[in-house]
Amino acid sequence: MNRAAWIALGLFALVPLLGVGDYYLHLAITIMLWSFVYTSWSLMGRFGLVSFGHGAFLGIGAYITTMLWNHYGVTPWIGIPLALLLAVAVAVLIGYPCFRFRITGHYFALVTLALTEVVRMVIVALRDFTGGSLGVTPDIALAGGKSFSLVAIQFAHKEVFFYIALAFWLFGLYVWRRIDRSMMRYAMEAISQEEDASESVGINVTRTKLIITMISAALTALGGALYGQYQLYINPDTVSGVALSLQIVFAVIAGGMFVQLGPTVGAAFTLLLAEGLRVAVGHEVHGLDSTIYGLMLVLFIIYMPNGILGKVLEARARNTGAAGAVKA
Amino acid sequence: MEIFDIFLLETVLNGLLFGGVLALLALGLNLVFGVIDVVWICYAELVMIGMYAVYFLYTVHHVPLLIAFVIGIATVSLSGVALHYFIIRPVLASEPINQLLVTGGMLFFLQAAATLAFGVQFRNLGLALPSVRLGEIMLPQSRIYAAGTALVAMLGLALFLKKTYLGTAIRAISQDRAIMPLMGVNPSRIYLITSAIGGGLAGLAACLLVLQYDVHPAIGLTFGPITFMICVLGGLGNMLGGFIAAFIFAQLISIGGFFFHIEWGYVMAFVFFIVMMFIRPQGLLGRKS
Amino acid sequence: MLELKSVSAGYDSFQALFDVSLKVDAGEAVAVIGPNGAGKTTLLRVISKLMEVTAGEVSMEGVSLNAVPAHRVIELGIAHVPENRRLFPRLTVEENLRIGAYPPAARARYPERLEFVYSLFPRMQERRDQLAGTLSGGEQQMCAIGRGLMSGPKLLLLDEPSAGLAPVIVQQVFALVQKIRAEGYTVLIVEQNIQQVLKVVERAYLLEVGRIKASGKSADLLASDDIRRAYIGL
Repeated sequence: MNRAAWIALGLFALVPLLGVGDYYLHLAITIMLWSFVYTSWSLMGRFGLVSFGHGAFLGIGAYITTMLWNHYGVTPWIGIPLALLLAVAVAVLIGYPCFRFRITGHYFALVTLALTEVVRMVIVALRDFTGGSLGVTPDIALAGGKSFSLVAIQFAHKEVFFYIALAFWLFGLYVWRRIDRSMMRYAMEAISQEEDASESVGINVTRTKLIITMISAALTALGGALYGQYQLYINPDTVSGVALSLQIVFAVIAGGMFVQLGPTVGAAFTLLLAEGLRVAVGHEVHGLDSTIYGLMLVLFIIYMPNGILGKVLEARARNTGAAGAVKA
Repeated sequence: MEIFDIFLLETVLNGLLFGGVLALLALGLNLVFGVIDVVWICYAELVMIGMYAVYFLYTVHHVPLLIAFVIGIATVSLSGVALHYFIIRPVLASEPINQLLVTGGMLFFLQAAATLAFGVQFRNLGLALPSVRLGEIMLPQSRIYAAGTALVAMLGLALFLKKTYLGTAIRAISQDRAIMPLMGVNPSRIYLITSAIGGGLAGLAACLLVLQYDVHPAIGLTFGPITFMICVLGGLGNMLGGFIAAFIFAQLISIGGFFFHIEWGYVMAFVFFIVMMFIRPQGLLGRKS
Repeated sequence: MLELKSVSAGYDSFQALFDVSLKVDAGEAVAVIGPNGAGKTTLLRVISKLMEVTAGEVSMEGVSLNAVPAHRVIELGIAHVPENRRLFPRLTVEENLRIGAYPPAARARYPERLEFVYSLFPRMQERRDQLAGTLSGGEQQMCAIGRGLMSGPKLLLLDEPSAGLAPVIVQQVFALVQKIRAEGYTVLIVEQNIQQVLKVVERAYLLEVGRIKASGKSADLLASDDIRRAYIGL
């Protein structure tokens, strides 16, 4: 990362200290949290493993953590790892047969779509436990003027969450880079082009795909847990289900699936767009903002399939005459 | 004990009827996928369009029910054609993921547009069709009509595909698209016709569903995932497989709902789906690609 | 009947045909021979409009094909039997033949056309309800040619009918071609198997690397040095 980027990052990290106010902090936190989730998804997506089921992992992360805390008083410090474990287990449960039997493309997308719906349905069905469609709030541990609870991982000041979100966002980017630089990246690229040929050169296709999937699932679940701790309210439709999975995929595609910062750009773009539409239009006519948003997404896929960042990089490559790659 | 058995029998029969409707839903999706190789992620939202159409024609404009049905079917059929022509065609040449995404985007768009146009209220046709009595078993009339119509539609489609030139061409194009022009067949036209039929089947399903269920902008989320699962379970593109899978699903939902709360019926069906994916991921009658 | 005037065609950055001119008169059997990669298949694809020309013109009975879309070429009386048979594997033999009669004019005469093809190829009638994908190579070729005949064409284009077939079967296939000739069909065959094909056609063109290198009566070509060179070059 070059020096300009480090400086920009440093300046950005100082933002909370400038007293910008809770609304903007909230926007920044939300963007960073979702960037983390989207980046985790893209670990699979960039190699052709397009999952429509990450809503399942997000939901597991959020609900397991919250349920353990609310019903058994288990601190999220333990709850979160348990949630990650379950998410990874589910990922393996579905991933293994899919990969072993070479399920890809449409089938894989639909199987994962089913998965996220199963999770959502189970959450709703267990309504006595989870609160069903109405959602649930983690028991607040900030009584009596306490501004934070380490045990509960709850903080009254958004500034604290800003740094937490920042840390995880950077962590996600770090993981992305590590994988990008590893042998696994080349293995996965080979696999995404031609599976049988890869197998014949000694790449264990199933194992490689599983590892990527497990990492992606765990990080997504982590994002879900963090989301729950921050928002202090979760419901099945915001943390699981088809709509959420679509939201993830769209944002990454819009930002650029093959580039490290693509998912982040996608998160910023989609969240700011939705927010902007909501502010500008949403109050007058119920649903107009979502309609415009949905329409824009469709147009994006048709006219800008490489995403915003992808297009920018394409243009740059053309101008500098680079022999290059849209993929970073 | 005897009463217990009767209720169970009633549940099974209801499940069979429900299976008929699910099979019809799966049919349209399977047809389009089998021929064009595209999954209409927004398929359930097309059904929603049909349900709204029938609702407004019947309750607001007092159009006779059967005519409302016909117009509803035509509306969704046209929607299918429009979907293919404007949304899917531009991305047919690019990666399959784009096709999934573009119809996924339409799912989002249609739900939002429905909210915008019709609001979030649940709307019901208000037809209280009585139940039919078979001994001690009560079967809702609407369900009987639904299953019966579904059966007729499926037979009709099968005959069409088998016996007519157009039907044969539709079956052929998924086997070798490139040489279709040599036979005098315009592939684009076949795709549009298939989209029209797929839309029409969705419209028919809409007519049958609106008899029993309320329509609201998120109704697609109730039927969509199930339809996808049925199709995948039966083998994507395989109409017979979808047919069988629909009935299995319906029975699981019905019986599961009988013994536990209705949602657990759905959960049972979904878990069955996941287990089947573990055992046979290409679906009951699917071919490994 | 069929005429190509200075036709050039290619794929993206690769030009496959350079300034090709040839003609086929009604009632004739003409072959285009040449080694692998000469552009023979491209030539047929250009005639049936699966590809567009980049220069020149193809005309059938005086009518230019330039503006005719691919799926209407069959209405002008041109039937293209593709390379490698390309039957619909999960349709039956009879269904494959039925598709061959898709154009409205052919549909009207479907029963007679079917009877005609079955009389030419009795084996196809035996296997009418069998899935085309389960037929042997020779039978598939028979079925493919039969499918082409179902539309009642004026001109039959045969793309490498001997490709991938055992020598014994190849002989059977060319015997079939002669049978069809005897019925009066005009045929343009593209082939690598020079010796076999020159026995069943009157004239031939030699296509090498996208250009017509020679043409003439079959007997003359068989004796010429050019052919010997191309033949050995195979």
